[in-house]
Amino acid sequence: MALLQIAEPGEATAPHQHRLAVGIDLGTTNSLVATVKSGVAEVLRNHDGTLLLPSVVRYEKSGPATVGAIAKAAQADDPENTIVSVKRFMGRGIADVARYGALPYRFIDAPGMVKIETAAGVKSPVDVSAEILKVLRVQAEESLAGELVGAVITVPAYFDDAQRQATRDAARLAGLNVLRLLNEPTAAAVAYGLDNASEGTYAVFDLGGGTFDISILRLAKGIFEVLATNGDSSLGGDDFDQAIGAHWRNANGIASASHRDTRRLLMKAREVKELLTTQENAEATLPLSYGQEFRLKLSRQEFQAMTAALVQRTLQPVKKALRDAKLTIADIDGIVMVGGATRMPHVQKAVADFFGKTPLNNLDPDKVVALGAAIQANVLAGNRAADDLLLLDVIPLSLGLETMGGLVEKVIPRNSTIPMARAQEFTTFKDGQTAMAIHVVQGERELVKDCRSLARFELRGIPPMVAGAARIQVMFQVDADGLLSVSARETVSGVETRIEVKPSYGLSDIEIADMLKASFSHADEDMQARALSEQRVDAARMIEALQAALAKDGVTLLSGDERTTIEAAMKSLAAAATGANHHIIKDAIAQLSTVTEDFAARRMDRSVADALRGKKLEDVKI
Amino acid sequence: MNADFSRNHFELFALPVSFDIDVAALERAYRDLQREVHPDRFAAASDAEKRLAAQWATRANEGYLTLKSPLKRGRYFLHINGIETEEESNTAMPIEFLEQQMEWREAVVDAKAARDEPKLDELAAQRIAEEKSLFEKLAQQLSMSAALPDARLTVRKLRFLEKLGEEIDEAFEVITA
Repeated sequence: MALLQIAEPGEATAPHQHRLAVGIDLGTTNSLVATVKSGVAEVLRNHDGTLLLPSVVRYEKSGPATVGAIAKAAQADDPENTIVSVKRFMGRGIADVARYGALPYRFIDAPGMVKIETAAGVKSPVDVSAEILKVLRVQAEESLAGELVGAVITVPAYFDDAQRQATRDAARLAGLNVLRLLNEPTAAAVAYGLDNASEGTYAVFDLGGGTFDISILRLAKGIFEVLATNGDSSLGGDDFDQAIGAHWRNANGIASASHRDTRRLLMKAREVKELLTTQENAEATLPLSYGQEFRLKLSRQEFQAMTAALVQRTLQPVKKALRDAKLTIADIDGIVMVGGATRMPHVQKAVADFFGKTPLNNLDPDKVVALGAAIQANVLAGNRAADDLLLLDVIPLSLGLETMGGLVEKVIPRNSTIPMARAQEFTTFKDGQTAMAIHVVQGERELVKDCRSLARFELRGIPPMVAGAARIQVMFQVDADGLLSVSARETVSGVETRIEVKPSYGLSDIEIADMLKASFSHADEDMQARALSEQRVDAARMIEALQAALAKDGVTLLSGDERTTIEAAMKSLAAAATGANHHIIKDAIAQLSTVTEDFAARRMDRSVADALRGKKLEDVKI
Repeated sequence: MNADFSRNHFELFALPVSFDIDVAALERAYRDLQREVHPDRFAAASDAEKRLAAQWATRANEGYLTLKSPLKRGRYFLHINGIETEEESNTAMPIEFLEQQMEWREAVVDAKAARDEPKLDELAAQRIAEEKSLFEKLAQQLSMSAALPDARLTVRKLRFLEKLGEEIDEAFEVITA
């Protein structure tokens, strides 16, 4: 870490301005924000000096939403308006949330994702998550005394496209520039691997408050390659609390408890669960709203017996991930434990027994994801030579299309390394058919009804042909965030109908901008100032990068005329950036991007050629 | 604007165009390439560069996926030699091969119903042995241009075995749940 930095010949010698970037672990129970300072990743503290921000948001009739410890303290008094574990509702429909049992919220059925009626109006899980992220953004900006270039937000590896979209929307709604959505186990592996300079094959076992992930990664020379991932996006520490709650209710005859009492019961259950990590026995007093008070006891042995099935449920995904990675237990060099719920001794034991190895626990399981995200954010923001760290991640669930008879045709199989693109050809079923319904689904099952529906759209304007003559090419593209876009075109007739789809719950860019605008109480000027500052940062980075590129490859890859055009566009951008109109800067950036396209392509070709000739940059430097 | 992807997968990774590849060299080339082109390297770049990076990284992933798997590699090797394996359309298979497949599939279904894990282990081992000998045959056929047309049948047989493997995995999943 303490190496001296030497600029490349011809490059500006002024040290790079350190770009403020953060990693955010948006957790079911707690959320954290971390950053890299002087080469070391650290979690940033809240105003009250704590590291963990409880992921709890309370909405009252008037005033802004309360977030964190204060909201958490109100959960038993105002359960209907105090949203806990909102992560479980991200990208989920009303039928999904019904599976979590009795919840105190007034859910509203909405296309794609539930909404919740609160004292402050109807809120979607995206809104609620955005409140949490906003607090973390402000906290980071205050603590780092500057504006953030961007953030890496972590998501469970087993999150599907709907859940990822929702998370990204929430981050944008919170005014964050999302550098990347990063899978939580991968983030943990980064923090862990870099800390321990490990090489080999690792399993990351991540049991959080509401989600379970298992990822198998290969670490070699700074590359973290995810071989397979699996999990259960509705299994976590919360379920252990529920199990204790259900047990007490039965054992003590606490019938038909109110929402308040249920909330209290679960809070006590969590306390006792945590105590049982270090103690053999624990007890709590539960005062109920109708005056009765219960003394509740539980031994570790009882607790472990009643939750054995939950622990067992984690092992099935582990086996599947190993099988998908074509590995056996013997191939695993180490197991990394992540998430607060892995503190439970019987979880530790089950994992150790399964792998025949003691899991690694030397990093705080609550912090490790945020730390890894901060390291990746630092790389993406350009503060560190990306040379030494590269993450190759996968999609967790297969993506496909509905075909005749409600069957799924898989287009991109699970555990494909991203980014990935795949085209699939279809044809018409009837003579003269001019439209085709395209239904995009995600999941492993063979029937459409057993998979998650992501989007439906229609390709229209197919020229009438006999059945089977048309060739409809449906293209799936998954980007480095694991997000899908789909387009379709008819190839025989040359008629191209292209439709970009977003999952049905997804918000359009305009909607996000409008919501963002509305959420800033002091409205327009702030938005303008923010946009201006963002565009200036982008302009400066682009010019800096281009100058370096020109110094390196300008002579060999560009003609005199091309270079003149590029330099003129660069000057225009520099001039625009001194002005106060963010629209003009944006246009100048787009203009410069256009005139440098060919140059960028040639540079890319050259670096590809160099890489494969084995003529690595490091060799040249010596 | 799109990047030039006229190279085939072997050329992309600077490997000799041959079914018999050095897997370690493939992995090295794939990593070296991703280090240069992955979108993470271009998070701060212009939109045009980001698009290029995504295209290149997608191309690298596709190429790696194809060459890493011997079956996909064999199919692809035939494809770049102008021979399609027609696995969807050509279902003409030797009768004794089909009978053997039927027998194995029934055995998998029975073992699954009887939750007979040792039997499944045995079937899995048989499948692997059969697959291994077919891959040896494929390697031989793909090394002689005169034998390339014959390799089509071997690829189709291997596809049957791959499906059988998926069924065995699925059966393991069910009985160990």
